[in-house]
Amino acid sequence: MLPIGHYLFLSFALFVIGVIGVITRRNVIVVLMSVELILNAVNINLVAFSRLYGDVAGQVFALFIIADAAAEAAVGLGIIIAFFRNRETVLADEMDLLKW
Amino acid sequence: MTATGTFLSFLWLIPLFPLATAALMLFVGRRIPKAGVSLLCVGSVALSFVCGVGAVFQLLAADPEYRVSQQILFEWLTPGPMQMSAGHTVPFVADWGFLLDPLSCVMVLVVTGVGLLIHIYSVGYMTHEGGYYRFFGYMNLFMFAMLTLVLANNMLLMFVGWEGVGLCSYLLIGFYFLKKSAADAGKKAFIVNRIGDAGFILGILLVAGTLGTIRFTAQGLPDSGGYSGILEALRTAVSSGTLGYGAPALTAIALLLFVGAAGKSAQIPLYVWLPDAMEGPTPVSALIHAATMVTAGVYMVVRMNAVYQLAPFAMDVVAVVGAVTAIFAASIALVQNDIKKVLAYSTISQLGYMFLALGVGAFTAGIFHLMTHAFFKALLFLGAGSVIHAMSGEQDIRKMGGLWNKIPVTAKTFLIATLAIAGIFPFAGFFSKDEILGSSFDRYRSLWLVGFVTAGMTAFYMFRLLFLTFFGYSRADEHVEKHIHESPPSMTVPLVILAGLSVIGGWIGWPGSLGGENRFERFLEPVLTGAVSETGTVKIAHHGLATEYFLMLLSLSIAGAGIWLAYQFYQTKRIAPEVAAAKWPRLYDVLVHKYYVDEIYDAVFVNRVKDLGTWLGVFDAKVIDGLGVDGTGWLARSGSKLSMWWDKWVIDGLLNLGAKMMQLLSYPVRLLQTGVLSSYAMLILIGLVVLLAYYGHHMHVLLRGAR
Repeated sequence: MLPIGHYLFLSFALFVIGVIGVITRRNVIVVLMSVELILNAVNINLVAFSRLYGDVAGQVFALFIIADAAAEAAVGLGIIIAFFRNRETVLADEMDLLKW
Repeated sequence: MTATGTFLSFLWLIPLFPLATAALMLFVGRRIPKAGVSLLCVGSVALSFVCGVGAVFQLLAADPEYRVSQQILFEWLTPGPMQMSAGHTVPFVADWGFLLDPLSCVMVLVVTGVGLLIHIYSVGYMTHEGGYYRFFGYMNLFMFAMLTLVLANNMLLMFVGWEGVGLCSYLLIGFYFLKKSAADAGKKAFIVNRIGDAGFILGILLVAGTLGTIRFTAQGLPDSGGYSGILEALRTAVSSGTLGYGAPALTAIALLLFVGAAGKSAQIPLYVWLPDAMEGPTPVSALIHAATMVTAGVYMVVRMNAVYQLAPFAMDVVAVVGAVTAIFAASIALVQNDIKKVLAYSTISQLGYMFLALGVGAFTAGIFHLMTHAFFKALLFLGAGSVIHAMSGEQDIRKMGGLWNKIPVTAKTFLIATLAIAGIFPFAGFFSKDEILGSSFDRYRSLWLVGFVTAGMTAFYMFRLLFLTFFGYSRADEHVEKHIHESPPSMTVPLVILAGLSVIGGWIGWPGSLGGENRFERFLEPVLTGAVSETGTVKIAHHGLATEYFLMLLSLSIAGAGIWLAYQFYQTKRIAPEVAAAKWPRLYDVLVHKYYVDEIYDAVFVNRVKDLGTWLGVFDAKVIDGLGVDGTGWLARSGSKLSMWWDKWVIDGLLNLGAKMMQLLSYPVRLLQTGVLSSYAMLILIGLVVLLAYYGHHMHVLLRGAR
């Protein structure tokens, strides 16, 4: 069995890639994909610790997160489509309506 | 035997009937059909008449000295302390009470009787007029007010009736209120009467202040009640010596009351409203401006005879004013061409006769003439109304003529009334006029002469009217000519009844010299006892029988002369009126223009009042509006400007200061909020890192535990 450090490293790597994606990319669809990466990093973490402690609750949590991610993707893509119809753009730096 | 009876105890019903129907007419009259209006309004006056007759008969059943019935319905102004002119205080009270004595008997019978006939006549006369219910409502209201006036047991209630008849007179003169002249005439009557009323009310106040009571008499009231009346108070004052024959206070009272009487009864100088009052419908002229209301002044003076008998100067004033009014108005009537105007000036002249009678102390003669005049003058006016009716509204006697055969009933009754007013034996006017002339002959020969000449003038202008209207050739245009017709029975029956009264009405005062016993004078005597038996009526040195016959012959001959002159002028045309007018152009001009009195009043009073109004208008605009209203406005504006400055700079300034502070403080926070999604993500990340750095050792523990 691989020591926990490997899993954590993979998880950490995915997380960092995701975060960098979220922060740097302009295309909101890519940002959404990066968020998925972060979520999956968390999943790996949870499953790894679940395995380590022999506690199945972590895996259940991971399943919830997968469902949650699916829902989030659906809602998020819906918002993007609605936004695109209004503003004809999917670029994050043009979505400056949060500041009035 | 004292006077008692059902009718006497229900005296208040007499004025109540017309009041009830008046209220009905004025509130819901519009919805009542014409037949109902006639039935109700004529019926209520008929009921009043019946009650009046019943009450008079019950009073007559009593012995002469007990012929007083008085009842107090309720205390109207409750007793309060009043300081008398002598200094001490007395309780002052005014009741709502009614008094029936021989004097008010005559008035009640005249008012309800003649009133009833005129109401019946109006049913025919007003059929084609608009506002039928309104007319009868006002007429019945007038009946109520007039009956209150004559039945009142005190001066204040009498004043209520007095004002009530004035109001109804105003309403009925202005009955055709869309016609400007009618509306103006109504106003004129009202305003001129106000001047007289001011004198009346001052007189009432002076009576109250001098005598401590305004009740006419305490007779007919229970002795135990401690009631006092003017008569009793006068007697006490005279016997104690505080007031006497010719006392200034009594003279002042008498003169002030006479001012009121002159206003209501159209005496110089307040007569100007009566000719204009002819703008009203003719039955109104007959009822109000000939038979009843205008005689209220005469009634009031006789009612206050106890005061007048002690005020010789006031009596002389009354006599002179009456005589001058009589001849003055008669001279104007000589040349008037409007049938109603002639009758109006004739009324003023006859009222002058009545005041002449009162002034020389012949109170019964005044009331006697009041009664006979009510009969024949009402008849003359109603006849004139019938003529106007036949002539399709024409009132100018120059456009009449030859009506004798076309409207026979009207013509014959008119002739009777004309004979009566001219004082021809044995018509009613002869007896009353003769009594007046006889009394004034005894007191002031000069005033007798004035009255004597007036009698001739009266005969002349009345027969001039008669000849021009009913005889000769018709001068009406064809259109009118075709429509001439006799009036319906509802109009002619009252004419016939009044004609009967104009013939026999004077017979109750058949003088002793002609074998009668003058029942009328004896009937009224108890009212005229006065405050002191010696002064009694102002003592007249009674002339002998020979003088009396001589005077009668004289008045008959001057009346005959007047008639003969009118005959020569207007019937045989032996003397042309135009020639006479051309001979004395100045005189004729003055008479036609009614001595220019209206013009003089306009110049001296009316226009001065208008000037005052204009001046007050300017004062109002400049001072009240300019200084007062605009000044206040300026003050308010300046004040609010100040307030605005305070609000803007201090109140708002403080608020703005707070807001500015907030803005300043929040400036650095605003920098964080860029609105760019990525930067928010970056901030979240930084936050995460900081949190991790801070709680790093916990993480360490967690990780160590995992190993």
